[in-house]
Amino acid sequence: MSLNREDVLKIAHLARLGVADAEVERYADELSNILALVDRMNAVDTSAVVPMAHPLDGTQRLRPDVVKEIDQREAFQKIAPAVSDGLYLVPKVIE
Amino acid sequence: MHLKSVFDLSKALREKKVSSRELVVHFLKRIEERNPELNAFITVTQEQALKEADRADVLIARGEAGPLTGVPLAHKDLFCTLGVRTSCGSSMLDNFIAPYDATVVERCRDQGLVMVGKTNMDEFAMGSSNENSYYGPVRNPWSLDRVPGGSSGGSAAAVAARLVPLATCTDTGGSIRQPASLTGITGIKPTYGRVSRYGMIAFASSLDQGGAMGLSAADAALLLGAMAGFDERDSTSLARDQEQFTDNLEADIDGLRIGLPRQHFGEGLDPRVGACVEAAIEDYQRMGARIVEVDLENTDLSIPAYYVVAPAEASSNLARYDGVRFGHRTENPQGLEDFYKRSRSEGFGAEVKRRIMIGTYVLSAGYYDAYYLKAQQLRRIIKEDFQRAFEQADVLMGPTSPSVAFRLGEKLDDPVTMYLCDIYTNAVNLAGLPAMSIPAGFVESMPVGLHIIGNYFDEARLFNVAHRYQQVTDWHTRIPLGFE
Amino acid sequence: MDWEPVVGLELHAQLSTKSKIFSSASTAYGAAPNTQACAVDLGLPGVLPVLNAEVVRMAVKFGLAVKAKISPRSVFARKNYFYPDLPKGYQISQYELPIVDKGEVTIQIDGGSEKRIGVTRAHLEEDAGKSIHDVFPDATGIDLNRAGTPLIEIVSDPDMRSAAEAIAYMRKIHSIVRYLDICDGNMQQGSFRCDANVSVRKKGDTRLGTRTELKNLNSFRFVERAIEYEIERQIDVLESGGEVAQETRLYDPDGNETRSMRGKEEANDYRYFPDPDLLPVEVTDELVEEIRASLPELPDAKRQRFCDHYGLNAYDASNLSLSRELADYFERTVEISGATPKLCANWISGELAGALNKAALEIGQSPVTPELLGGMLKRLADETLSGKLAKQVFDAMWSGEGEADAIIEAKGLKQVTDAGEIEALVDAAIAGNPEQVAQYRAGKQKVLGFFVGQVMKASQGKANPGQVNELLKKKLGNE
Repeated sequence: MSLNREDVLKIAHLARLGVADAEVERYADELSNILALVDRMNAVDTSAVVPMAHPLDGTQRLRPDVVKEIDQREAFQKIAPAVSDGLYLVPKVIE
Repeated sequence: MHLKSVFDLSKALREKKVSSRELVVHFLKRIEERNPELNAFITVTQEQALKEADRADVLIARGEAGPLTGVPLAHKDLFCTLGVRTSCGSSMLDNFIAPYDATVVERCRDQGLVMVGKTNMDEFAMGSSNENSYYGPVRNPWSLDRVPGGSSGGSAAAVAARLVPLATCTDTGGSIRQPASLTGITGIKPTYGRVSRYGMIAFASSLDQGGAMGLSAADAALLLGAMAGFDERDSTSLARDQEQFTDNLEADIDGLRIGLPRQHFGEGLDPRVGACVEAAIEDYQRMGARIVEVDLENTDLSIPAYYVVAPAEASSNLARYDGVRFGHRTENPQGLEDFYKRSRSEGFGAEVKRRIMIGTYVLSAGYYDAYYLKAQQLRRIIKEDFQRAFEQADVLMGPTSPSVAFRLGEKLDDPVTMYLCDIYTNAVNLAGLPAMSIPAGFVESMPVGLHIIGNYFDEARLFNVAHRYQQVTDWHTRIPLGFE
Repeated sequence: MDWEPVVGLELHAQLSTKSKIFSSASTAYGAAPNTQACAVDLGLPGVLPVLNAEVVRMAVKFGLAVKAKISPRSVFARKNYFYPDLPKGYQISQYELPIVDKGEVTIQIDGGSEKRIGVTRAHLEEDAGKSIHDVFPDATGIDLNRAGTPLIEIVSDPDMRSAAEAIAYMRKIHSIVRYLDICDGNMQQGSFRCDANVSVRKKGDTRLGTRTELKNLNSFRFVERAIEYEIERQIDVLESGGEVAQETRLYDPDGNETRSMRGKEEANDYRYFPDPDLLPVEVTDELVEEIRASLPELPDAKRQRFCDHYGLNAYDASNLSLSRELADYFERTVEISGATPKLCANWISGELAGALNKAALEIGQSPVTPELLGGMLKRLADETLSGKLAKQVFDAMWSGEGEADAIIEAKGLKQVTDAGEIEALVDAAIAGNPEQVAQYRAGKQKVLGFFVGQVMKASQGKANPGQVNELLKKKLGNE
């Protein structure tokens, strides 16, 4: 599978990565090369194989419904780029 | 002092022949002197280290010391450390002072280990050469114009150059074993789930596993013993009894069945590296081990499968870096979309962006089945290959890396060639097995690593097998020229 | 042309756990911004989710209540998209393997008939935080206290054919989650939310028409109005030769209309995949049986019992079983009053419901407790009170004047049932109005009402109206 300009722009948008115009071709080449490597997977018929999402065959361990966390807003917001009145700030979202 | 094993340091500390403060000061001085040429550390935590050393000395004086109390240690810079920058090798987190400790960091501190700093790494652990760090490449102490491997290259170079006796590290596709191999030290990636991932900044959650680096198997076993164990904050953490990985070190290996995967000795392997590995295997035979040939038929498919699974998980794991709650944030954005795109593309380096894009693509509508699901199917096939091999063998052996350390810049412009460095290691992560790399000779004065893969939960045997080899060889005691 | 509306609902119920679905932070409503958002809720680098066991139990409870199959293994997936109130850049949800598989509920529709509505699935997920747009002039503020609150999303089959059916279904689910005590059902605070999928098709068509998804429906009334509006709008579009666009539309309660969100919403590609931090969730048969055994009586069973045991009609039984509190109120009232269940039902659905509605109170907040109402109905049943007097007593109880007996005593509201006393009043009325007597005897039966009024007035409303009636008829007819 080789990617074209449009593919790169679409993927970059989904991933919210800014790609400068001059970079698009380079990305298209690099990503296409990686996909060529990845496409080697098709050498094997896996139609009868159950997919494995995780190396552990186990099931999930649950935790009891107990509140353990205390308010750490001050510590957490000390490392935040922009806060006011306890809220994290982002550019105005137009609804 | 920096040439001693952790066992010996521990003994000296408890016999009060040296204090932890003296030891820590010694290593800090070495770091100060030698790190500039290696660039193995991103952050050195001198003040905090001295405080911790003094605390360790109090414990030792009181007779409350454990085997690791007072021993210096470095953490790979993706383990969150409360109050200390945790950069993950990325400009994105250059300003990130972690507000909490990773479980591994907590456990090491509980054992009295003294953190002297945070080691350099490929950005977000993506890379096999340590050239993808925002903080610049790490250099291999065996030859400063060569790479130390990656992504735990800083930890590996620091241990190899005797700047610190122990270092934590992580392995998603070979990131412990390949740099251990390229710098001539011992590194272990345990079974998935042994070491808590809480506070370990994620690259690919189903593959990431924390591990240990040291000069010998015995040293690494001590550190892994401190790191490993059940953690209620990681629901993939294994609820198993705490194991003492050092208990079994001396056991006899007569009759050990060593499986040699045919596919790990084929095309692509530097024959000189192959010769070192074969010599090591002959050493094992002399110790009574039996050799069986095994097949890991789908070895070449592990790289394609890995380069679907790992980027897919990474594309999602790295979505949280958006400049809202922490990390890099762009200036004067034009609206929300611009804010996201600029914050993220300014904060991430080239390789990280490539992998995010590949991961986004393989999960996107219309491609999920052909890529992601296909890779998950291959993952099962690869796991089953290993299971069959372990019916015939107790451990599998081969080269860790197809070649010795390459030169800086040599593969930088060709991501795919770089990916092929991990041909022998990727599959182990896909299956979740434990594996280690130990020094087994030199090619052109550069270290060669022997890859030892174990069955699930068989770390104690891996350490035993490695330790017995290190008792009859001295590769692991060799010191890079100029770092004596 | 005849059009048939097709409606399906997606209901989100916040589960009333103490801690969040994947972290140990509190879920309490109304805390100062970001004081209940822990490292996990904030999606700090390195944190991991650990699932709350109670969330799984609650989902199983719900599944059993809608007669669904509980998945022995269900899987959490990541739904990837960027939004400032979604800290990790993905929402942990269930996609391919939800915990609750196909189920169904029965709704009661007009005319007392019943209809089965399919529940396609119900799955667990985490709630997002809140974006606050009106505090800062050129920034949006983000409060992540709500992030990680457990939600169960209940998806119906497209089985409803009107806004009224949709509301009946929604009320039924609302009543089930409250019966199960897994959600407080508060729509204003957003603990129970609804999105509606609406389409129309020609009557007789088997294929579904293009649907729109309606959002911002935060009360039962808005859901009903929005669906009604949307059905009309789509019919208008189709009848004028247009096509319905598949899109999300926002309901505007002020203008009572739905508006397209087109342009603000792009075609999303959520890139779902199994969350590698979370292994499959196992629900064992033992757990299912344990939970089944602990289920409370559910609305349908209660309704049936109210019909069978108390002889209520279907309408009353449905009404009174809508909420567990109301049903309990009813049963307690019957027990205390010794009055007929029908009388109790009438008072609860009538006078009490009206008063609560007017004061915007829930049944649990009623100043007239079942003990008070039961005490009054006891006096109505033993004829100490007439219906009219009972209303006065009820009003007094509502204003906090105490128990019925005390009010009756203090205000002298006891009904006059003494035959002699009533006869005297009746005689006086007949004697004082010869003209009306003549009219009555000439066949103008309506005049009887006049006499009843006279007697009641003379007794200050306390004479037993039944006795008065009977005696008047007897006396007026006699001569």
